[in-house]
Amino acid sequence: MDNNILILSEGIHTSIQDLGRKGYRSYGVPIAGAMDKYSAILANKLLNNDEKLPVMEITLTGPKILFEDSTLLVITGADMSPKINDEPIKMNVLYEVKTSDVLSFGKLISGTRSYLGVKGGFLTEKKLNSYSFYEGITSQSKVVKGDRLRIENYEAGLELHSSKIKVKSSHFQAKKLEVTKGPEYNRLTKKHREYLFSKQFKIGGLNDRMGYQLKNKFPPIKDQEIITSTTIPGTIQLTPSGKLIIMMRDCPTTGGYPRILQLTDIAINQLAQKKENDMFKFDLESSFDFLGRLVNRFKD
Amino acid sequence: MNKYKLKYKPLGSIAVLVEWPKSIEPDILKNISIFRYKIELDMGEYVLENVPAYNSLTVFFDTTKTKYSSVVTDLKEIYESKDQKLITANKIWKIPVCYDEKFGLDLNLISKEKKLTKDKIIALHSEALYDVYFIGFLPGFLYLGGLPQKLEFPRKKRPRLKINEGDVAIAGSQAGVYPRSSPGGWNILGNSPIRFFDPDNFPPCFAVAGDKVKFIPIDLKTHAKIKKEVDSGKYSLDSEIHG
Repeated sequence: MDNNILILSEGIHTSIQDLGRKGYRSYGVPIAGAMDKYSAILANKLLNNDEKLPVMEITLTGPKILFEDSTLLVITGADMSPKINDEPIKMNVLYEVKTSDVLSFGKLISGTRSYLGVKGGFLTEKKLNSYSFYEGITSQSKVVKGDRLRIENYEAGLELHSSKIKVKSSHFQAKKLEVTKGPEYNRLTKKHREYLFSKQFKIGGLNDRMGYQLKNKFPPIKDQEIITSTTIPGTIQLTPSGKLIIMMRDCPTTGGYPRILQLTDIAINQLAQKKENDMFKFDLESSFDFLGRLVNRFKD
Repeated sequence: MNKYKLKYKPLGSIAVLVEWPKSIEPDILKNISIFRYKIELDMGEYVLENVPAYNSLTVFFDTTKTKYSSVVTDLKEIYESKDQKLITANKIWKIPVCYDEKFGLDLNLISKEKKLTKDKIIALHSEALYDVYFIGFLPGFLYLGGLPQKLEFPRKKRPRLKINEGDVAIAGSQAGVYPRSSPGGWNILGNSPIRFFDPDNFPPCFAVAGDKVKFIPIDLKTHAKIKKEVDSGKYSLDSEIHG
């Protein structure tokens, strides 16, 4: 028999995400996947799941979820005051829920995106080798009220190992985001470069899984379009009107504006935990060989 | 094949961006296609994907097995190596398009601005043979080159909030078809009832970079009939081999 959860209310934007849909970029298929991969992987690690298993990504406000069957769960990422049956629970700690327990969320304390992991993962539809919701590929692009989502069967009584994970506050409050030079970086003048690495940047109201637009008005540059070419999550494009747009996990596979900077994967995760009006600076990295950096982060 | 002077740039820490001269032309498309093929043969072990665009190729590599500088060295060596005889089996896809005014929302505008009759626009658009340069923007959006110069028309300053699935459009010197409804700034000439992207098929898109496309004018009745066949999975798209 299937084990399920029932969505009683949906939150601003709730979706199922794994580590993304790789191998289909030549067909125009975006990578998608968890906006903050660090927190998504952490949820699976705490549950002793494979890190590639799908988790639920919750944005700014949380859903209300009825568990129709028991499972083990954990919440990582943004702290939205999670509760089980109205009793507050801790972040990054495993809890066992039983039939008819209700998970809900309250005030947003820190960050922007929470991740709900369950033992064995969510068993929603797998399309083109990924569970990540994306319009036109999966049959739905977000979780809505009334949805019944299948989860892996769980045998009660598994030992709850107590975790000592403490996520660094810098993950949520990073003042500097690491970038490398983008392919069109050389089109920038000295003045532009000074602006980029001295100013504070502020996140605008248009920010979602597709991209984050920044509020700053960048000094205009000549030669403002490129022949359409590849963009990847973290690519920072400069539009003709002087806006910077940071591509995020659902971004199109190509774009037509100069790609002046590129966020590192760690910086994408940190940006995914920021919201409108949050400020940061860019920090230029000189090396492109970041072999194993994401992995190392889990060791420190 | 090493006829162009290529530029190699990093795209983050996961990919090498290879750039050809800044131009959209069939010769570059061919050169990119051959390079892609050679990369797949020689570097398949640690190249995860190589993704073409008009004048670039982005090579995504396995960061656990190699690093940027080594990939660039290998790519340069492969590009300079002698060509093997390539057997290309590219296709010409025959895409039915209904140019009825019900669908061709910008035919009147273009007719007025370019001083061409609607029939002339339709004839020019459907007589051309287009090259599929790459698929990008949305899943299954074919970027087509080969639009007759007489039809070149700028992108709209204010994009439409909703363009329908299958809408056949032009912008600048490019032609394309919207694989699903989305906002967009291209000018709409008609609509095709066929499906350009299906996540349940492998591959999810019938065309690949290097293929060609021809638009076949159909009337409203045929459009409705094909649409029905597509929905029930009975339609099979017509194509022939070229090259």
